[in-house]
Amino acid sequence: MERSSRDYALWTIAIALVVIFALIPVLWLISISLKPPEALTDQKFIPSDISFDNYKSLFEGGIDDSPFIKPLINSIGIALITTAISIVLASFCAYAIARLEFPGKRVILAGALAIAMFPPISTVGPLFDMWRALGLYDTWLGLIIPYLTFSLPLAIYVLVAFFREIPWELEQAAQVDGATPFQAFTKVIVPLAAPGVFTAAILVFIFCWNDFLFAISLTSSDASRTVPAALAFFTGESSFTAPTGSIAAAAVVVTVPIIVFVLFFQRRIVAGLTAGAVKG
Amino acid sequence: MSVNAPANPAPQKAAPKASSRTRSERKLAWMLCAPAVLAMLLVTAYPIAYAVVLSLQDVDLRFPDEGGFAGLSNYSTVLSSSLWWTDIFNTVFIMVISVAIELVLGMAIALVMHRAIFGRGVVRTSVLIPYGIITVVAAFAWQFAFSPETGFVNNLPLISDEMDWFGGRFSSFAVIILAEVWKTTPFMALLLLAGLVTIDDQLYEAARVDGATAWQRFTRITLPLMKPAILVALLFRTLDAFRVFDTIFVMTRGALDTESVSILGYNQLISRLNLGLGSAVSVLIFLCVFLIAFIFVKGFGAKVEEGRPS
Repeated sequence: MERSSRDYALWTIAIALVVIFALIPVLWLISISLKPPEALTDQKFIPSDISFDNYKSLFEGGIDDSPFIKPLINSIGIALITTAISIVLASFCAYAIARLEFPGKRVILAGALAIAMFPPISTVGPLFDMWRALGLYDTWLGLIIPYLTFSLPLAIYVLVAFFREIPWELEQAAQVDGATPFQAFTKVIVPLAAPGVFTAAILVFIFCWNDFLFAISLTSSDASRTVPAALAFFTGESSFTAPTGSIAAAAVVVTVPIIVFVLFFQRRIVAGLTAGAVKG
Repeated sequence: MSVNAPANPAPQKAAPKASSRTRSERKLAWMLCAPAVLAMLLVTAYPIAYAVVLSLQDVDLRFPDEGGFAGLSNYSTVLSSSLWWTDIFNTVFIMVISVAIELVLGMAIALVMHRAIFGRGVVRTSVLIPYGIITVVAAFAWQFAFSPETGFVNNLPLISDEMDWFGGRFSSFAVIILAEVWKTTPFMALLLLAGLVTIDDQLYEAARVDGATAWQRFTRITLPLMKPAILVALLFRTLDAFRVFDTIFVMTRGALDTESVSILGYNQLISRLNLGLGSAVSVLIFLCVFLIAFIFVKGFGAKVEEGRPS
C-alpha cells in the first residue's frame, strides 16, 4: 500500500503528542529542582538559571540530619527484601499451579485475584492496632509483611503465565542425554525461567517502591519511613520557606534511576504487565 | 482468539498411573503453595475479620478506658453523616470520569502502538514512564505545575493567570483526575494493546474489500472482539480508582470537600485514632469494592478469570 506523506505527518503528530504527554511532569520536576529559590515563582517551564542547591540540601548533614538519606535507604531495603521473599514464595506456588495437578488450584488463583482487588485501606486500621501490640509498628518488618501480601498475587499471575510457556519436556530430554535431575533443572529449566522471574521481580519492586498508604499509616519516624511518605512530610529550610525545591529534587533522585531501569527493561515489563491477559 | 485464562488447566501430562503418584503430586503442590497462601491470608482475611469486630465496638485510642460493645451504632453514625455521602460522591465522580478518559485515551494510544507505521518503540518507551513513577511524585509534579505561585500552567495562553486551581472543589477534581489519568493510562493502553494484537488482520482486509470505512472497521470488528479485554481492564482500573488516596492526600488532603472514602478512613483510623468508627468505614469500603466487582461480573459478564491483577 502507498504511504502518503500526509500519513507520515499525522503519525508524527500522534506520536509526538503521546511522548510530550508522558514526559511533561518529569521534565517539569527536573526544571523546578534546578531553579534557585528566588526563581521558583517565575512560572517558567525552562529555568533561566541553574543551581544544584536543592540537591545539596537533600544530602546535607549526613545520614543523621539529612531528611532524605534514611528514607531512601528504607525504601530500597524494604523493597528489595520484599521482592526477594515474594519472588521465592510466588515461584514455588506458580510452579505448582503451572505444572502439577491438584484440587484447590482454581481456588488459589481466584483468591489471589480477590486479594489484588482488595482495598488496602480496609486492613490499615487492624494492622495499626496489631502492629502496635506486637511491636511491629514503625519497623521494616511492619511494612514488609503487608507489601508481601499485596505483591504476591501480581507475582503469582506473572510467573504462572511465564511458566506455562516453558517447554518442560526439555528437562526430561536433558536427563535422557545423561544429565542428573539437578543438572537438568539448573542448566535447562533455570535459564528458561530466569527472564520471567526477573520480570516479576521488577514489577514487585515497583509496587513496593510506589506504596504510600501503608508507608504513612504504619510508620512514624525515619526508622522505617519510606521516600513517598517522607516526601509528604518534608519541611522547608526554615518554617517560612516552602519545601517545593527539595521535594522536586528528592522526586528527581528517586524517579530518574527507575525511569532508566524501566526503559532498559521495557520489553520485559510490557511482557509482564500483559502476561496472562492474553497469550501472545 | 487466543485469550488465555490463567485458570486454564495446565497442559495434561501423561495420565498418572498410580494413585500414590497422584497423591504425592498433590502433597507436593500443596506444600509449594502453602507459604504463599498463608502470606496472602495473613494481612487480608484476619485483619478484615478483626476490622468487623472493631467496627462493632466503641474503640477510641484517645480514651482507652472507655469502650465496649456498640452494636451497629458505628455504622449508623457513618451512614447518617453527610460526610460519608459527600465522600462517596467524590470518589465515584473521580472514578467514573478518570476511568472513562483512560479508556478513550488508552484505546487511542493502543491503536497508535499497534498501527503506527513507525516509532512504535518510542511510544511504548514513553508510556512506560508514568508507570514507573511513584504516584506521590507524580501528584507533586502536577500540583507544582498547577499551583498559582510556582506553576507554569497559569502562564499558558487561554488560562487565566489568576486561576486558583486548588481553591475550589471541582477545579481541584480536574487536577486530581488529570494526575490519575496520566499515571494509569499506560497500564490501560498496554492491556488493550494485548487484546488488540489477537485480532486477525484478515478480518480487516475482508472488511476493507467490502468497502467498510475505518470507523466501521473499528466499531464492527475491533470493539466487539475486544469486549472481554475491555471489560477486564475496566474492572481492574475501576476498583483501583475507587481506592484513590495518594493523589488527593498530596494535593488537597481532602480540603474543600475533595475527600475520598479512603482519605476518610485514614483520617478516622490514623489521625483521630477512632478505630471503631474508622473500621466501620473500612468495612463499608470493602463492601463497595465487592459490589463493584459483583456488578462487573454478573451485570456486564466480565470474565475475571481471564484478567490479571495489576
